[in-house]
Amino acid sequence: MATIRIPPVLRPSVGGEKELTADGATVGELLQSLAETHPATRGQLFSAEGELNRYVNVYLNDEDVRVLGGLDTPVGDADTVVILPAMAGG
Amino acid sequence: MSPSGAEIISFIKSQISEVDPAEVHDLLGDGVVLVDVRETLEFEAGHLPGAKHVPRGHLESRIEGAAPDRSQRVILYCASGQRSALAAHTMTDLLGYERVESMTGGITLWKDRGYEVLVPRTLDAEQRERYSRHLLIPEIGMEGQQKLLDAKVLLLGAGGLGSPTALYLAAAGVGTLGIVDSDVVDLSNLQRQVIHTTDRIGVPKVDSAETSIHGINPNVEVVKYRTRLDASNIMEIIEGYDVIVDGVDNFPTRYLLNDATVRLGIPVVSAAILGFDGQLSVFKPFDGPCYRCLFREPPPAELAPSCGANGVLGVLPGTMGLLQATEVIKLVTGAGDPLIGKLLLYDALGTTFTTVRIHRDPDCPICSRDPESIADEEMGVFPDYEAFCAAAG
Repeated sequence: MATIRIPPVLRPSVGGEKELTADGATVGELLQSLAETHPATRGQLFSAEGELNRYVNVYLNDEDVRVLGGLDTPVGDADTVVILPAMAGG
Repeated sequence: MSPSGAEIISFIKSQISEVDPAEVHDLLGDGVVLVDVRETLEFEAGHLPGAKHVPRGHLESRIEGAAPDRSQRVILYCASGQRSALAAHTMTDLLGYERVESMTGGITLWKDRGYEVLVPRTLDAEQRERYSRHLLIPEIGMEGQQKLLDAKVLLLGAGGLGSPTALYLAAAGVGTLGIVDSDVVDLSNLQRQVIHTTDRIGVPKVDSAETSIHGINPNVEVVKYRTRLDASNIMEIIEGYDVIVDGVDNFPTRYLLNDATVRLGIPVVSAAILGFDGQLSVFKPFDGPCYRCLFREPPPAELAPSCGANGVLGVLPGTMGLLQATEVIKLVTGAGDPLIGKLLLYDALGTTFTTVRIHRDPDCPICSRDPESIADEEMGVFPDYEAFCAAAG
């Protein structure tokens, strides 16, 4: 069970949690599992084609998954996945 | 009978190595450490190019800062070659330096030979006192303070983030602070916008900010732009600034700013805040990723938190704004490693700082191109821009 850190804008969709754990061998499976448990997050994470939305960045520990293996990047139990949509408040 | 001072100096000169100014002149820029051991006022009146300054009275405590490697070749000089001879003796005999020499005849003979002398810019007595705590840290020092005094920094917004940034940059001695803000001070601003005051409610924010800036440092030149940054005025406003501090509250302006600063090669210290969370990064064109490399496109308006009335902990823009001010000072002075290619995430409730890596996107629609080719009509535009702005209202 890897840890997923939920950004402020997605917290209302997961009952206000800042961190969740989810099952999955890859980043994609982990996020799919999140979307199944909390369906309100699906449209925010994935496009209609099932791709990660371009305005959402996902990091495995401190590295952007786009420079790793994308959604196929393997995830271990000790890993933390950070979901990061753009934020503009000032 | 004890020997006279002149006899001691003569004896010590016989114990150390001396070097002629002609040889020192040939060695300039060759990696030899050149140290001026005279007093501060003498150094400031003119010194050899590239010389470091360690007054003889502080030799033992400060020489390691100028010459950390004891096997390195070090050449000392003073006015006439006496104090540098004594200092060379101390460094060789007591401090264990292996290759120390004293320049014969000091800077007097150097000048007589017609070699170049640099007269450094100095601070006046008031500045010396005001910035004394900067002058004491080697990473800033006289050189860094001069850079700050020469710097032109533009603040986008005198709001939550801009307030603390402006105050501290003014206090630090940034010479010119530009401020872009079209609003007037509102009571609800004062929970976090500490540059404004209750008795200035209704006053334009640029004027209120100027009053506070001059209150803490009257020598700062404040350039006021009482307007909203948009495609029609951005190039005119930002050109000529060394660093831009981005604290704007909407995505269209962030993209516009990114594209214009990439075009002009100006670094941007960017922060965003919401609730108890903050983000910070430094976008230095072509040295690291730009904002579009990080976020190719903004979220749809319904997911863009800045578009609604969202709350923020009043202290949070203080924390993030001061991290921005710190990055500005690092960029201006060259001290440390600015947050380029990294994004800092601060969670105030959990008290966690997380840093993630961000990369240049080889297919970035803006910074992968020749900056000259970025056209006016492209700047700040992204897919569905019209719909985004319509929905955001």
